[in-house]
Amino acid sequence: MFKSWLRNTTMATVVALAPFSAMAQAASQGGDIVVTYKDDITTLDPAIGYDWVNWSMIKSLYSRLMDYEPGTPNLVPSLAESFTVSPDGMTYTFKLRKGVKFSNGREVVASDVKYSIERAVDPKTQGPGAGFFGAIKGFEDVTGGKATTLSGIETPDAGTVVFNLSRPDATFLHVLAINFASVVPKEAVEAAAGDFGKKPVGSGTFVLKDWTIGQQLVFEKNPNYYVKDVPHIDKFTVEVGQEPLVALLRLQKGEVDIAGDGIPPAKFLEIKNSADGAKMIVDGAQLHTGYVTLNTKIKPFDNVKVRQALNMAINKDRITRILNGRATPANQPLPPLMPGYDKSFTGYAYDVAKAKALLAEAGYPNGFETTLFSTNTDPQPRIAQAIQQDLAAVGVKAEVRALAQANVISAGGTEGEAPMIWSGGMAWIADFPDASNFYGPILGCAGAVPGGWNWSWYCNKDLDARAVAADSMSDPAKSAERTATWSKIFTDIMADAPWIPVINERRVVAKSLRMGGADNIYIDPTRVINYDAIYVTK
Amino acid sequence: MALLFLRRIVQTALILLGVAAITFLLLYALPADPARMIAGRSATAQTVANIRHELGLDQPLLSQFGTYLGNLLHGNLGRSYAQKTEVWTLIVARLPATLTLMLAGIVVEVVLGLTLGTIAALRRGGPVDRLVMMASFVGVSAPQFVVALLLLYLFAVTLGWFPMSGYGTFAHVVLPATTLGVLGAGWYARMVRSAMIDVLNQDYVRTARAKGLSSRRIILRHALPNAILPVIAMIGIDIGQFMGGVVVVEAVYGWPGIGQLAWQAIQQVDIPIIMGVTLTSALAIVLGNLIADLIAPVIDPRIRTR
Amino acid sequence: MHVLKSLIRQPSALFGLLVVLTVIILALAAPLIAPFDPDNQLFEGLSLEGAPLPPGGQFLLGTDTLGRDLFSRLLYGARTSLVIGLVANGIAVTIGLFIGIVAGYLRGFFGNVLMRFTDLMMAFPALLLAIVLAALLRPSLWIVAMVIALVNWVQVARIVYTETRGLVERDFIMAERSLGAGHGRILFLHILPHLMPTAIVWGTLGIATTVLLEATLSFLGIGVQPPQPSWGNIIFESQSYFQAAPWLVFFPGAIILLTALAFNLVGDALRDILDPTQRGRG
Repeated sequence: MFKSWLRNTTMATVVALAPFSAMAQAASQGGDIVVTYKDDITTLDPAIGYDWVNWSMIKSLYSRLMDYEPGTPNLVPSLAESFTVSPDGMTYTFKLRKGVKFSNGREVVASDVKYSIERAVDPKTQGPGAGFFGAIKGFEDVTGGKATTLSGIETPDAGTVVFNLSRPDATFLHVLAINFASVVPKEAVEAAAGDFGKKPVGSGTFVLKDWTIGQQLVFEKNPNYYVKDVPHIDKFTVEVGQEPLVALLRLQKGEVDIAGDGIPPAKFLEIKNSADGAKMIVDGAQLHTGYVTLNTKIKPFDNVKVRQALNMAINKDRITRILNGRATPANQPLPPLMPGYDKSFTGYAYDVAKAKALLAEAGYPNGFETTLFSTNTDPQPRIAQAIQQDLAAVGVKAEVRALAQANVISAGGTEGEAPMIWSGGMAWIADFPDASNFYGPILGCAGAVPGGWNWSWYCNKDLDARAVAADSMSDPAKSAERTATWSKIFTDIMADAPWIPVINERRVVAKSLRMGGADNIYIDPTRVINYDAIYVTK
Repeated sequence: MALLFLRRIVQTALILLGVAAITFLLLYALPADPARMIAGRSATAQTVANIRHELGLDQPLLSQFGTYLGNLLHGNLGRSYAQKTEVWTLIVARLPATLTLMLAGIVVEVVLGLTLGTIAALRRGGPVDRLVMMASFVGVSAPQFVVALLLLYLFAVTLGWFPMSGYGTFAHVVLPATTLGVLGAGWYARMVRSAMIDVLNQDYVRTARAKGLSSRRIILRHALPNAILPVIAMIGIDIGQFMGGVVVVEAVYGWPGIGQLAWQAIQQVDIPIIMGVTLTSALAIVLGNLIADLIAPVIDPRIRTR
Repeated sequence: MHVLKSLIRQPSALFGLLVVLTVIILALAAPLIAPFDPDNQLFEGLSLEGAPLPPGGQFLLGTDTLGRDLFSRLLYGARTSLVIGLVANGIAVTIGLFIGIVAGYLRGFFGNVLMRFTDLMMAFPALLLAIVLAALLRPSLWIVAMVIALVNWVQVARIVYTETRGLVERDFIMAERSLGAGHGRILFLHILPHLMPTAIVWGTLGIATTVLLEATLSFLGIGVQPPQPSWGNIIFESQSYFQAAPWLVFFPGAIILLTALAFNLVGDALRDILDPTQRGRG
């Protein structure tokens, strides 16, 4: 059982790249391609699917009011033809594109949008995305079981949808672009009788033609898609159950076009240094930060000096070397490509002597003993061991506990359980490219509860108030001011040092030589592989 | 005989009930919340609570187990937490692949094991015996994933004789079945050799030999049936062993069986699938043992007299 | 003494014995022999691109993916693997032998209950048991040994049970019984000796299986916790480097194989020496 490290990233990956100009080049039409993954596709139901493998497929099967320009984090209307926002940011009005059809032949109307979002919020659906729609009026009534429809969504006619919010939400347009807002036809959901995830019907660029459980899924181009010449390929077959190492060998033989799980560390250098290596590897930054949480409710991490000292003790350069240079050292929670990243911020430099001095000042001249949790899939235990060795150098003896992911998440959400957690394999990757998504659940007070994701159990009321203020600035004119506010929040957090930001990992995808298109559509910021934009070169 | 059979059926049912109860209890004790795994990182506490309620996870243990058993009696294994599909559908879709693989693996190991074991026993102490035993040692000592990778590199990547992964044709099954079978063949060869040497040293065989029966006849008539007893017991046991090996082999060769399903479910704490796969494999193991026990008296008359 | 002399007389057994002894000595003397601290991640132990270094030069058997000296890790890993192999397998064979004999000899209700319990345990996928124990217990060397023993005894019990049943029907046991021999006498003097070959075959072969199972458990996260080396987790940490850094899989793999082979050869010879049905018969 050979793990690619990428398969550990279980949740939706949102990736961003440096600006590319390649989008302009003409894409050729046609072609069938083969994509491989290790894990079977769990579901294609947009209200339920929430892992980084099905994320990109759901994106292509369905359409949403909003979407992103391929390869960028820039929002554009998609199923919506146009939209307006009221000056107070409380009302959003969308005009639907006319003549868009579901793959069952029926035209998409406003009530489908309303139904789809209500379905995602409905507790009966058991979907993970309900919380994203919290700003819509009537949300609490539906999640609390008091109502089945959202009073905040109105459909004055078949071509218009109006959203009334209960509070301003600067990220609302992003929310309407995530998979949970995908539009589905009610009659198909009901006909599938609970198996909509296996019998999907949407209005996206592709249609699911065949699904042999455990073996393969065949997607065919939707000939009626409302944008001309999109998608470019005629068909893609997803073969599942393929070991990353085997998938890569098949890719080198030309049997596979995209190895979805990326390149295992063991093969990375070999392929990178091979003749065709540069053309087969797509290597791009993603909105990812790997960090160590320091539990502020457990001694001695309740002492800010100890937390600061450990921030100086980690040799991040050595860790990036262990990862064959597929990462860069981090100094703040936000990744470099996220709007709000502070380039001038330097954080805590690696300085063993200073770390020791600070520990002595805090009353631990001889260090202390503690436990470092990590997931147990390669390379995470190895990185945990590297961190362990760095900690030992300043006198901190950390026992490594490498456990299954579910157990680590459970320990993190239990008060007083996990002193330190290396986030690798579970690290925060944004749901959409906005700084606010990096705060609430993982650094805000709301997440510092039993079962939460704020594993530092860090709660700073002052910062929380500033975060709420920032998210209320929904006026596009205030966008820069909002970004600056967020930027300051994240650098101010570092004074309290609830985390050790360690690395920003890049994403690596392997593709065959015949695949065309810019790198950023294979590592699309909002959908990983953008099946709508990739093409086969003739 | 009919009564014995009936008794064994009841015993089998009880064993399955025991397995279901223990598995349920252990999974319940796991410090990991399935609702949180489904809900993902961005979910609010309310969403997690709602999911927990919809799955019935907020019920007390006994009532949860009661519901599960009730559904089970109606042939309903429940719906997967993560996939929302009927567990039974998922298992049925993957069962043929696993059964094919196991059957092919058993054929490989029995044929190899019996042949090598018999040859070794007959040539006891000679160079052939040593060679065979050495080979069986290597077989049992080699890590399965290393064997899998070696075969893959040698016969699929380098020589290109067999496909690297996939399912459907005879060519696809050769490497996975060989990987599974090699380990077992080593065990079988040893067992067969031990049992056969024991038999060959028994007084009645010596008598038969003294009477002038040919070695070939002795082996076929006396030694082989006796040596087969432990082998049959081994096949029953092997079904359990195979379940473990299947996970590794299915993973390396991309074989679409229940091993892969189980592995994915364990990662996701998808309890209905884990329960379903556990019960299915328990059923297979129990049936294997049952068949072994029922066949044993037919082959060994000394047990039949009971 | 008789056993030892007989062992030494057979070349293959002698070879096995020497390998076993060498491994034990190397394990005991690891701190004296190891050129490096096995847990020390040396900066010069990785290439500039972060690849492990091949054998030769400063590092006799090369380095692993964290830049640690492989030779030193293998030496210390021998300790872990031997302890787990001996302890876990010893416990498993003892339990299996005891339950198998008692159930096979007594039969009746009590024997039935024992065998049904064995069936229950056997019907249980070992993997699941291991994962749950991992979550409930704090993984350590002894826990790992215990888990392996709990998983492994069942097969021994089953085999022993089948053999005991066969033995009980044999004429010489029938004769003993009709002569009025007590249960204890029959069990220990007549049945147990006949089962020793089985116990020894399983006891020796089991060591190899145990080492491999330990590796699997390491992989599942309930093995020996890093950075403590065991042969199993050395392979598992580097398994995907099969092609890029074959020494990381080949050396520990070869050592596991050699050690298992040695135990097998010794066990095989012991079997011939100890088996009373063969003693004095040539």
